[in-house]
Amino acid sequence: MTTAAVPLTPAVPDYLRAKQGLLAWLTTTDHKRIGIMYMIGMLVFFLFAACMAIIFRLELYSPGQQLVENDVYNRLLTLHGVAMIFLFIIPGIPAVFGNFFLPIMIGAEDVAFPRLNLLSWYCYLIGGLLALVAVMTGGPDTGWTFYVPYSMSTEHNVLIPMAAAFILGWSSILTGLNFVTTVHRMRSKEMGWFQMPLFIWSLYATGWVQLLATPVVGITLVLVLLDKYVGVAIFNPASGGDPILYQHMFWIYSHPAVYIMILPAMGVVSEIIPTFSRKTIFGYKFIAFSSIAIASIGSLVWAHHMFTSGMADVARIVFSFLTFFVAVPSAVKVFNWLATMYKGSIYLGPPMVWALTFIFLFSIGGLTGLINGALSLDLHIHDTSFVVAHFHYTMFGGTIVIFFAAMHYWWPKMFGRLYNMRSAYVAAGLFFIGFNLTYFPLFIAGMRGMPRRYADYLPEYLVYHRLSTIGSWILVSSILLMLGNLLHSLFKGRRAEDNPWGGATLEWQTQTPPPVLNFNGEPDLSRGPYEYPTEVEA
Amino acid sequence: MTQHESEHADHHVVPYGLYVRVWAALLLLTAITVTASTLDMKHVTVLTAMVIAVSKALLVLLYFMHIRFEKRIYVWMILTVLGAYGVFIGLTFTDYWYR
Amino acid sequence: MSSNTAASVVDAPEASHGGHHDPVANKIGMWLFLFTEVLLFGALFIAFAVYLSIYRWDFQEASAHLDMPIGAANTAILLTSSLTMALAIAALSRANKKLALHLLVVTLLLAAAFLVLKSFEWGHKFSHDLYPRSATMELKAEGEQVFYGLYFTMTGLHALHVLLGGAAILFAMGLIWKDRIRPDRISFLENVGLYWHLVDLVWIFLFPLFYLIG
Repeated sequence: MTTAAVPLTPAVPDYLRAKQGLLAWLTTTDHKRIGIMYMIGMLVFFLFAACMAIIFRLELYSPGQQLVENDVYNRLLTLHGVAMIFLFIIPGIPAVFGNFFLPIMIGAEDVAFPRLNLLSWYCYLIGGLLALVAVMTGGPDTGWTFYVPYSMSTEHNVLIPMAAAFILGWSSILTGLNFVTTVHRMRSKEMGWFQMPLFIWSLYATGWVQLLATPVVGITLVLVLLDKYVGVAIFNPASGGDPILYQHMFWIYSHPAVYIMILPAMGVVSEIIPTFSRKTIFGYKFIAFSSIAIASIGSLVWAHHMFTSGMADVARIVFSFLTFFVAVPSAVKVFNWLATMYKGSIYLGPPMVWALTFIFLFSIGGLTGLINGALSLDLHIHDTSFVVAHFHYTMFGGTIVIFFAAMHYWWPKMFGRLYNMRSAYVAAGLFFIGFNLTYFPLFIAGMRGMPRRYADYLPEYLVYHRLSTIGSWILVSSILLMLGNLLHSLFKGRRAEDNPWGGATLEWQTQTPPPVLNFNGEPDLSRGPYEYPTEVEA
Repeated sequence: MTQHESEHADHHVVPYGLYVRVWAALLLLTAITVTASTLDMKHVTVLTAMVIAVSKALLVLLYFMHIRFEKRIYVWMILTVLGAYGVFIGLTFTDYWYR
Repeated sequence: MSSNTAASVVDAPEASHGGHHDPVANKIGMWLFLFTEVLLFGALFIAFAVYLSIYRWDFQEASAHLDMPIGAANTAILLTSSLTMALAIAALSRANKKLALHLLVVTLLLAAAFLVLKSFEWGHKFSHDLYPRSATMELKAEGEQVFYGLYFTMTGLHALHVLLGGAAILFAMGLIWKDRIRPDRISFLENVGLYWHLVDLVWIFLFPLFYLIG
């Protein structure tokens, strides 16, 4: 690229103003626009899934039937899970922020296969619309795990939601394939593997998990459909099948999938913490390799979801033992983030507040995960609301909180506008209160025997459920406030500078919003991703 | 902006004759495995069939699919995939062998 | 990137996204795609292994009733088609377009032969009232029912891949004909070749597991 002739600003239009019109967006191969389109789709599905949760939380306000019948409750619960997991949490951070920032952060013009990238988005859209069709047609009542033999015998339609999950799987695979190839081939010439930002490392590890685990669940869902509608004997116990094999094959994907959810989030935290501490990340290589380690060890532990399913004792002990190892690389990351902040010059901007919220909530989620992973304890708390609280602390308190953090961190770069800081702090504070009020009581209720997925409960659990329902109102108001604040900034927000937070990764070098081809001239790679000019000496 | 290192170095020209010899070996192995299946080998039937299938797969991978002539990175990737698959199948059998 | 002025960047912004040709990236992308296929079939092989360990004798009994000669013939056919595919790529990279096209025609014919034999085999089973939920099937031992379930699923999915591979070969032939694939831009044909060899690889394992354990 010859840069001498290019007048810097403002001759080059940014990606938002390049080609206008709906058609230009729907046929775009620009990774930034595709990222934005994912973001719009995801927030719509997120709010849709959140509405269902609000409804069944209201049902749980008191014992007995309040609002919806048991059958409707089951279907709301299933679609809440399916929409949140397959439409928001799994694709969330890679598809939105990975798409937008991976090429920029490695100094490339686009991903390796831009048209494939657009195809992934269409797969996502079709999968999402199918999930909506499933709601219109009543929706399944199986829970998001579609366990056989119930999913084969239920009267409700499971074809559409399973087809949706299958297509969304392909969207995920193609994104992973694209990112892995991009990291291998499109890095700027001067950027070696260990000069990559840690977010890129986490996306790379995630990409491999997406590639290797997703096909397994895809074919497993096809087998259930073949069994149910064609009668091919695979899992049906009436014709010799083993339902537990379904659980194995389902969790071979779905457990690594939780690392597809959390790894990119950890990558974002590794960007935000050093930027807001003005200090080089502590233990770069340890964090980079811990991403690989989490991806690898995370693939060895799936059957800890099945301790009460009737597996052999040997398998239960082996999987319980292996489960504890995942805690090691996860803890490596948390300690490295804390060490990065130590003696840093910390600026508590809204992204940092969200990142700290993450560390707090995710630590609770992770540590309760060890309780679940211990075989003897799990026999007591399996399928109770303790598990519900645990995975909301990790997925919601982990991945979704970091999705919000990433929105606050990169919003000025993506749209060129700064949001209102005070509203952002209020929203984050309310969120923290609402979140803990909603989910912490469920730990206690679960320990005392409250089963999950039940529409009704004994009066002794009233206090926990009522606190949780009240918490859900605070939680949802904080999220609406946060989204409202961000939307408002698009129209009324102050214009953002190129580098409002003083970040050192490449996306902060280019103009705001970035030009169509990401950089006006070659990016400067003489500085590492975490070398800050005003660095504090520790 | 991409890395263009050795784009043409990996276009190794393979002589036609090599492919034909590999094909002959594959047919020979097929004949062996069919013959072996007619013998009554009791417990090692499946094992024998699998050993021969793996050798055939290796031939296809190394020659027809060019792994022999590619850069080492592809070997590492394939080993990663096989490792992951080995783990999936191995850990599944910690359940089925001891049930 | 060859744009010298800002104006040319503005004129063709979308063209620059995706207009870039990087054969190594294409190859890596293709291998990653093949890995997903390996795991797709791999999951089915896990199911096969599990049920084989549970229903050892039922599987042997059912396997003995499959048509081994047809299976062996199909193995030879697919191996030969893999050879012609590899030779076709070698021929085109030596700029021998005519030979390459001829070899691809042979590959397609072999693929068609494979599918014809496969349909005879399935048709034979169906005519003996052996298909999912048939009266005869429901009387069989549990392990045999599972064996046939896996047999129809796995060979069916494999046949689907043969069909898709054939379509890809046909498409590549069109591109060679129009010189869109040529010795210096051969990456697409190489990727079709990799896909075709993978279809062959899967069959190398399907054949002994279904036909030779009886």
